Amino acid sequence: MGVDADFLDAPTKNETGLITTRIEEVIKWGRKNSLWPLPFGTACCAIEFMGTVSSNFDISRFGAELVRFSPRQSDMILVAGTINYKLAPVLKRIYDQVCEPKFVISMGACACSGGFYDNYATVQGINQFIPVDVFIPGCPPRPEAVLDAVMKLQERIDLEPATTRDVVRRHEVDTKLTDQ
Amino acid sequence: MSDKKRAQKIADAIQSKFGDAVLEIEVAYDEFVAVVDKAIVHDVLADLRWTHHFDLLLDVVGVDCMELEPFRERFEVEYILYAMKSDTRFRVRTPVPETDLDVPTASDLWQSANWGEREAYEMIGINFVGHPCLKRLLTHHEFVGHPLRKDYPVMGGQWCSSTSEMKEELEESQGGAPGGSSAG
Repeated sequence: MGVDADFLDAPTKNETGLITTRIEEVIKWGRKNSLWPLPFGTACCAIEFMGTVSSNFDISRFGAELVRFSPRQSDMILVAGTINYKLAPVLKRIYDQVCEPKFVISMGACACSGGFYDNYATVQGINQFIPVDVFIPGCPPRPEAVLDAVMKLQERIDLEPATTRDVVRRHEVDTKLTDQ
Repeated sequence: MSDKKRAQKIADAIQSKFGDAVLEIEVAYDEFVAVVDKAIVHDVLADLRWTHHFDLLLDVVGVDCMELEPFRERFEVEYILYAMKSDTRFRVRTPVPETDLDVPTASDLWQSANWGEREAYEMIGINFVGHPCLKRLLTHHEFVGHPLRKDYPVMGGQWCSSTSEMKEELEESQGGAPGGSSAG
């Protein structure tokens, strides 16, 4: 799959095992297999995320086990739970501090769409103020769904240009993902 | 003596002490409710607090009666009291007209009235006169309006542009600026 296969298939120059590849592929390979998540947990979804991290489901199989609680040490922000209007500027401020290139997973019905909080207090989807890479439906989602989201994000990183992350090229990636 | 008899006795005492200002004595869900004029509501609460030993104020509730027919006034404030020693519950309700939202604070009688009244203020818009820090409690500091009023749109969310610092609020509540007047 992906870069791993590219590595194996890369032509070897001599018997000492030298391989050639493109620097972009190496960056992407490293990036997608070492996502450092920042859990922004505000509700029961955060409990499911804890289950995903611990040994039964073991998110470290996907290289995303190093949970950081400082945005400056992480590159994947996982918003798990209800975000209300009072909390929105806090989340925005934390999102701004996450290291580039940053990825956002919106976990659960509340973060994705406000969930059943159809009212004046709750933001009806965090994509109204920060860009989201992967949405996970569910109330709360099963750990398998979180793992699936991590894999989806890895796919996305693989398809995306490694050096730029501008809106136009992301749009191309979106189209590619939809076509698949 | 049963709870009900005790509460009945208290209701009678309130009625005989305050006379016509007690608009009605209701019994709802086996609990006594004294509906009183808001001019005397603080006196009634003080009487219950010190004479009848209601040492716990469980909640202060603001009610918008717009969709309840018939109603006395648009809003109501309800105080839910409990006496721990005699295990008695009692409620005091006062109608508040839309044109005059001032109600005297009960935070000098029970500390728990402080946050209860702040909630009733932000959700319904009751102005508790004499409250030490009548500011919004649950919604953010840039919020305009009172979301639990029946004429407030349910989906009327308001964006907040900045985070607020608790420090300022703590300093104010500890005797800095006069509470209530600048709240919004």
